[in-house]
Amino acid sequence: MHKYLPHTASDIKAMLDKIGIKTIDELFVALGDIKLTKPLDIPSQMSENELRDHFEMLASKNKNLLSFCGLGSYESYDFSIIDALTSRQEFLTSYTPYQPEVSQGTLQYIFEFQSYVCELTGMDIANASMYDGASSTAEAIFMAVAATRKNKVLLSKTINPYVLEVVETYCKYRDLDIEYVLEKDFSFDLEDLKKKLNNDVACFVAQTPNVYGILEDYSKVKETLEETGTLFIINQEPSSLALFKAPSEYNADIACGDMQSLGLKRNFGGPSVGYLATISKYQRRLPGRIVGKTVDVEGKRGYVLTLQAREQHIRREKATSNICSNQSLMALTVSIYLSLVGKQGLIELSKRAYNNAHYLEEELLKTKKFKKTTDKPFYQEFVLEYLGDPKVLETKLLALGYLSGYNIKDNLIIFYASEVRTKAEIDEFVKKVGEV
Amino acid sequence: MYDKLIFERSKEGRVGITLPKTEVKDYPLPKEHLTKRDLLLPEVSEVDVIRHYTNLSLKNYGVDRGIYPLGSCTMKYNPKINEELSKNPKFNNLHPLQPDVTSQGALELEYNLEKLLNEILGLKAFSFAPCAGAHGELTGLMMIKAYHEKNKDYKRKKILIPDSAHGTNPASVAIAGFEVVNLRSTEEGTVDVEHLKEVLDDEVAGMMLTNPNTAGLYEKDICIITKLVHDAGGLMYYDGANFNALLGLAKPSAMGFDVIHLNLHKTFSTPHGGGGPGVGAVGAGEKLKTFLPNKHVRLENGLYVRRKEKDSIGNVSYFQGNYNVILKAYAYILSMGKENIRNVGEFAVLNANYVKAALEEYYEVPVKGAIMHEVVFNGLKSKKASTLDVAKRLLDYGFHPSTIYFPLLFSQSMMVEPVETESKETIDEFIDALIKIAHEAEKTPELLHDAPHTTPVRRLDEVLAARELKVKYRDLL
Ligand SMILES: Cc1ncc(COP(=O)(O)O)c(C=O)c1O
Repeated sequence: MHKYLPHTASDIKAMLDKIGIKTIDELFVALGDIKLTKPLDIPSQMSENELRDHFEMLASKNKNLLSFCGLGSYESYDFSIIDALTSRQEFLTSYTPYQPEVSQGTLQYIFEFQSYVCELTGMDIANASMYDGASSTAEAIFMAVAATRKNKVLLSKTINPYVLEVVETYCKYRDLDIEYVLEKDFSFDLEDLKKKLNNDVACFVAQTPNVYGILEDYSKVKETLEETGTLFIINQEPSSLALFKAPSEYNADIACGDMQSLGLKRNFGGPSVGYLATISKYQRRLPGRIVGKTVDVEGKRGYVLTLQAREQHIRREKATSNICSNQSLMALTVSIYLSLVGKQGLIELSKRAYNNAHYLEEELLKTKKFKKTTDKPFYQEFVLEYLGDPKVLETKLLALGYLSGYNIKDNLIIFYASEVRTKAEIDEFVKKVGEV
Repeated sequence: MYDKLIFERSKEGRVGITLPKTEVKDYPLPKEHLTKRDLLLPEVSEVDVIRHYTNLSLKNYGVDRGIYPLGSCTMKYNPKINEELSKNPKFNNLHPLQPDVTSQGALELEYNLEKLLNEILGLKAFSFAPCAGAHGELTGLMMIKAYHEKNKDYKRKKILIPDSAHGTNPASVAIAGFEVVNLRSTEEGTVDVEHLKEVLDDEVAGMMLTNPNTAGLYEKDICIITKLVHDAGGLMYYDGANFNALLGLAKPSAMGFDVIHLNLHKTFSTPHGGGGPGVGAVGAGEKLKTFLPNKHVRLENGLYVRRKEKDSIGNVSYFQGNYNVILKAYAYILSMGKENIRNVGEFAVLNANYVKAALEEYYEVPVKGAIMHEVVFNGLKSKKASTLDVAKRLLDYGFHPSTIYFPLLFSQSMMVEPVETESKETIDEFIDALIKIAHEAEKTPELLHDAPHTTPVRRLDEVLAARELKVKYRDLL
């Protein structure tokens, strides 16, 4: 017997009798000689206490570092009710809301999640979530390719390289041509975009704040793209949207990105949650689940999965995407975080991230070990040129318990100071940097 | 009954958080970048948020409440200890880019899990980068493509898929830049080997197969199928969504599969979370192991390190996928252990056959012979009510219905998967409800047609939802 397996010998006997066979083995005759004759070579069962000890042994080999590195994995305040609510079995142990009458909890929070995504990005319609910001960017490109029937993709070189790696993989196997728009002064180069643009280009994809943390200016992009019928895709860090211009204000066709910064732990990289939103014109090209409002037979408000004719279970190889399971629990987490933080809270938190980053930059420059690289405005990450050896800096700081900034190339280091960093932590870090 | 959106609870000035004091001064914001929008976000107190989401949760059905026999989804019990273990801050606070030397425990765990799965599936290597089953399919197909390209075999553009396959299979094939060739099933519901022989040629890159298939049947010709495909130069992809049936009993490698994905959120007990996160772990045999995506954990001189494989297809997810979910799958395997793991497959299959035996008098069984871990009925034998009506009536009895209208092989499919963590008593109650419903269909079919009667909302107008599309709060204003 095992605690997760309730059958007793008499249960098994009664069930076999009902089926009309003598042994469980008879159920597996079709397997023939594929059937294993000896037990798997894995460890013996563990009790809860043994598991706890084993996990603690592993956990103790990890080192929690004080981080000044972002690059898509951010820190936000942990509010106790988030775990209390997302651990509720009704959310945790249910699945995709195939039976809407007993899934209104899930359907409504997805509707609210879509509302949040639309509100933040200014887009008309969003889906129920994507795996992460990288796959949502790839899927945004596929939407543009399908909408324009063009095969070429222009990507800004200032997009996070980890997003680019995924996008490159997706595009390569789909036989799409990628060309990069070069960077100029740590932002995408409009002149290079103009040069590379032609009638075969399905979309131009850019990121703001970009990999260097810089807020890019897209005021001339849409008009540039219009002539060739090229769509504009913006990947944007969503915590920046309370303060700064949204994809809609730059007339983007599709908005995408990752929402990890809104209440999700770093968790060694996942689970995170991607968002994907667009204007009404392209609503039928969206991949994944979409929830819509409706009424029941008594006229009561309710929610259902809608526009399902886009999806794999109906359209199979003609579907807009293959996505089925998504990151629903993370969409719930983000929704609870945004509900709790609220309008003023979101503005306040992004101002703090902004202020912390600017303070860190100022203080790091005072050590005289860095050179300012650009005067472009930035949000919560920024790039400096280190005058010493970045590897030495990284190693020395690591020994002191710090995850220093990300050395993207040469002597360039991208630093991040989240809203949770205190002045004392920043001061101490800068002091240590100065001593290296 | 509670019915508000969080936005409709908003009152100007309310706050839900207390922030610590900050000593950092304000820096001027760049004016030209500031948004001109006035965001419509809720202003609510902490209690408002608790009440709101608690009330929402009460409108949901989860595995902790009762049987959730959603076929093809393996809704088994999600152990609480796994949740506890996954919340260890020493894992939760790891930055994915922190150096390997500072994340040895996390990497060792991933390495250990890979070794366990290698043994369970008979494979050589696993990647946990894909975030769900469909993502794993896409990854595996990219690996197949990369393999043929490495062999300069560029004409292989076709992937074979049986008509019983899950919708994600053909969709993944298209996204991976292949063409789908549909394979017919036999009367019995398994792959038609004669049709397979007809379509096999030197343009076939591979074949995707679920075994047991979506009709709950073991592909008895599996070794013939994999040999035929291999002889034609193709590779075999195993959709492991149904692996629960064979857990501890058989290894897909022995059937001849080259690459597979497992849904850790099915077979390995990690919670489904209202639709995710999952993990579509991709496993590969000798031919494909060097093609795995992202970085892969290796043990080098006593140190666990992340390395790209030499023929890697590239990255398919941001860093390393849904890392936190794999902690739970690892805990699950260790808590089952070698003594019990085999019982998982045995009891899952026993339960499904028991449900079939108990219900075949009332519900049509469209396939012949022994089934595996799930039983597909083609609706009521009497045809007095549709599968939809039966499912909705089950809700009144307090049960989550089976998967309905899938597989597409039968017009009234009801796909029941009574997983191994369900007791005989629970399954008997579920069976009794379905028998009662079969009787009701004869005497009072309107009871079924008007069902459900007892749920937070009743039948919903899906046509209206699509026609008058309202997908966000602003659309309701
Ligand atoms: C047979 C089969 N294959 C693939 C999938 C896709 O898995 P996922 O939803 O995790 O993407 C599913 C389940 O949804 C399935 O049942």
